[in-house]
Amino acid sequence: MTEPILEIRSLTRRFPVKRAGQRPWRRAKMSWLHAVDGVAFAIAPGETVGLVGESGCGKSTLVRLVTRLIDPSSGNIAFAGNEIGEIPARRFARTPQRAAIQMVFQDAGESLNPRFTAARAIADPLLRLSRLRGSALAERVREAAGLAGLPDELLGRFPHQLSGGQKARVGIARAIGVEPQLMILDEPTAALDVSVQVVILQLLESLKRRLGMSYLFVSHDLNVVRLLCDRVLVMYLGKIVESGPVGTVFGSPAHPYTKALVAAIPSLDQRGVKRLRLSGEPRSPIDPDPGTCKFYGRCPKGQSNCAAVMPELRPLEGGRSVACHYPEIAAAEATREAPTVNSSLLPFQIPHPAS
Amino acid sequence: MSAALRHLRYVLGENPVTLASFALFVVLVAVAVLGPWIEPYDPLATDAMHALTPPSAGHWCGTDAVGRDILSRIIAATRLDLGIAFAAVVLSFAIGALAGLAAGYFGGWTERAVGRAADTIMAFPLFVLAMGIVAALGNTTANIVYATAIINMPLYARVARTEASVLRQAGFIEAARLGGNGEMRILLAQVLPNTMPLLAVQMSLTMGYAILNAAGLSFIGLGISPPTPEWGIMVAEGASNIISGEWWVALFPGLALMLAVFCFNLLGDGLRDLIDPRRRT
Amino acid sequence: MSEASPLLAVVDLSIEFRTRGGTVRALEKVAFDIGRGETVALVGESGSGKSVTAYALLGLLDPAARVTSGRIVFGGIDLLTAGERALEEMRGREVSLISQNPRGALNPIRPVGKQLADVLLRHANVPRVEAPQRAVEMLAKVGIPDPTRRAAAYPFELSGGMCQRVTIALALACSPALLIADEPTTGLDVTTQAVVMDLLAELAAASHMATILITHDLALAGEYADRIVVMHAGHVVESATAGELFIRPRHPYTAKLIAATPKPGTQLADLAAIPGNLPDVTRADLPTCRYSARCERHSKTCDAPLPLVAIGPSHMVACWQPL
Repeated sequence: MTEPILEIRSLTRRFPVKRAGQRPWRRAKMSWLHAVDGVAFAIAPGETVGLVGESGCGKSTLVRLVTRLIDPSSGNIAFAGNEIGEIPARRFARTPQRAAIQMVFQDAGESLNPRFTAARAIADPLLRLSRLRGSALAERVREAAGLAGLPDELLGRFPHQLSGGQKARVGIARAIGVEPQLMILDEPTAALDVSVQVVILQLLESLKRRLGMSYLFVSHDLNVVRLLCDRVLVMYLGKIVESGPVGTVFGSPAHPYTKALVAAIPSLDQRGVKRLRLSGEPRSPIDPDPGTCKFYGRCPKGQSNCAAVMPELRPLEGGRSVACHYPEIAAAEATREAPTVNSSLLPFQIPHPAS
Repeated sequence: MSAALRHLRYVLGENPVTLASFALFVVLVAVAVLGPWIEPYDPLATDAMHALTPPSAGHWCGTDAVGRDILSRIIAATRLDLGIAFAAVVLSFAIGALAGLAAGYFGGWTERAVGRAADTIMAFPLFVLAMGIVAALGNTTANIVYATAIINMPLYARVARTEASVLRQAGFIEAARLGGNGEMRILLAQVLPNTMPLLAVQMSLTMGYAILNAAGLSFIGLGISPPTPEWGIMVAEGASNIISGEWWVALFPGLALMLAVFCFNLLGDGLRDLIDPRRRT
Repeated sequence: MSEASPLLAVVDLSIEFRTRGGTVRALEKVAFDIGRGETVALVGESGSGKSVTAYALLGLLDPAARVTSGRIVFGGIDLLTAGERALEEMRGREVSLISQNPRGALNPIRPVGKQLADVLLRHANVPRVEAPQRAVEMLAKVGIPDPTRRAAAYPFELSGGMCQRVTIALALACSPALLIADEPTTGLDVTTQAVVMDLLAELAAASHMATILITHDLALAGEYADRIVVMHAGHVVESATAGELFIRPRHPYTAKLIAATPKPGTQLADLAAIPGNLPDVTRADLPTCRYSARCERHSKTCDAPLPLVAIGPSHMVACWQPL
């Protein structure tokens, strides 16, 4: 059993919030927004783990914690056996692990300094994190650009002179230049047209194999996650509510939220079919009740038990885990290579509460 | 690069006033640089016999009360006034902009401290403050530069702070951190270059104020002392002559002053047009 | 397509933009129509011209735009030649628009109830005293819980999904005959997207309202639209019912687009990118078929002026060599 490249245990990050209507002269009790609330998972070397969840679920905060741009409130982050959660974010730049954990951003254009050429952008991390200089540095920049499929003649261009796909390649070249072991991909194709998306995704897949990296692939597009990832983590309001092999989790979701996510994906097969829809708004992430399930109130099920005890991630069959008191375990467990998602596999068609 | 030049041509083409201000700017700088070589007469040479002669072929702008050629003095003054203004603007930018950038980027105590300092300066009527500084420190050219620089610092600080606090959230800043950059390095190598266009506009606009400030201080006797040629002093000297009918002594220096300030204001506007379409928002 | 004459017919529409970089021939001979109560999706990637088409329908084009040919016939009037007064009357009352970034469409310093009331007063001739109550009713109709309290809320107090519901209420306040939805769910979570699209479908069905859904998401179009019009670089390349388009696409671009869209069951290696890039639409020497540079089936016959071949009763393709 190889050691995981990344291991997260009980990771929590809270932000203080001021409550509206507080008297400034009274020392009122602080309120805390639980962005990441006790998250635990591991990534094995060479694995691609997907992270899905909607806005407000805490995935951006989790990403910032893993890349050590912010510090955890509590919990452990272990990279290749070393505990890196203890090192303050502002000192992390000078540790050897900085080069080992890199990220490709969602909006490539935003992530490039408008006044830097592509070559300068790719060279910057190398200047800071490697000993390469002069012609050796230039050679490495060209090598990284080549791996990312960026032609040499584009290296002298500025971001505003590059297309969306080209900017994405610059971002990728910059990230792989320092030879990271763990790469976080934060919705890398969200801003791209579908035809460019294919090329970039195929590039990312081949780079992973060639350079021996592990990926944490964050996305809201479940179809894309299904393509690239071995396992997937489903996040809701700061907690992981389901995890497991991607085919199983999407093929027969056990957690009601995952079911709703999968049911929401538009598809020609679902024309006119009345599907599960989530109503209402998520619970507040501020000062959440530790005894109530995060999904309670929006969940189509929801028993009294759900408001009394917080469900923890428990392992089920098939290498998956679910944090739910009443998970749905399909009678026929779909295999990892399930070719089609057929909603008739789901044993319970839960009608929309309003219908 | 060619796209930038094309854009420049477009802006200049659309707006003839901007083009005129660019041309005027070039002329002013040329006069300042070439001053000693193009002066028809020695600006300090007096000639009591030809005092207060109106504009003529020999003296295009006439002569003043002690017979000095006004045109030569205006040309000599260009170098001085532009020089003072430029030095003041650079000093103002160096301290004000950096303080503002740090305030906007780091927030917290830095922002509060810089904010208080800026508020203190801005609480005074700026010209009065400049007067006070020069009066306290002494009538030297250096002190005029310092005074002018100090009263303009809050402006740079404010512009830089706003830009930095917006850029703080930008994706490329996070990317820079991932690439191993420390905070100070990010501030200077990544944030500053991105705020330069806006600050360059500011610099151009404050050149105008700085010239006016230096001239104004000299006008009331607090700045450059005679016989050094300086537009403000010349206007002051010529003020009393207006009543006796010798209009040229004050008018030509005043015109030069006006043209210079006008030029820099329009230049600032033109620069803003140049960089505006490329700005994010 | 219904037997009756269409509600809106776009005929031979060509639009150019004068820019510093040259003349951008954004649309060329775009044609499609939509019948009462139908939902038609305009699908295309960035640069396909779908948004330009939407804004042309409402007469909201940029001043640099020039319509070089074509007509937009709505209720018997050509919208391109109608005066500004006529267009103003029509917008909001007969034709409405919702776009992406719902928060951007709302006035941030005015409560949402008041914004709704403004539309009702302006276009629906509702008496001033009744407007607030009608606004609350509209909010309830779009599924906003506790509408009376929410009517007093400001946009920043509402979530993205709620804001989009408010913009839908604004758009539907006067029961328009046609709704243009320009990427209405881009930027929304997938669960919120599902709810918003369901709501639009429900409301459209209830009031027999036609909808033009502009999107880059082929799957979304497949689920919610009756017919799909595929655009590429300012041309309409194919138009068919949703089912037909996916089962048997006839234009090479459509086929490639479908092949590039991730679906459950496809592997990464199965996906194929679309070769080449969008043509530079500022060039004067564009080929008649703007896809020909990227098309593997290109041949001499493709240089002739583009036809619109009818494959079936409601299936048209602009190609000399359809699949």
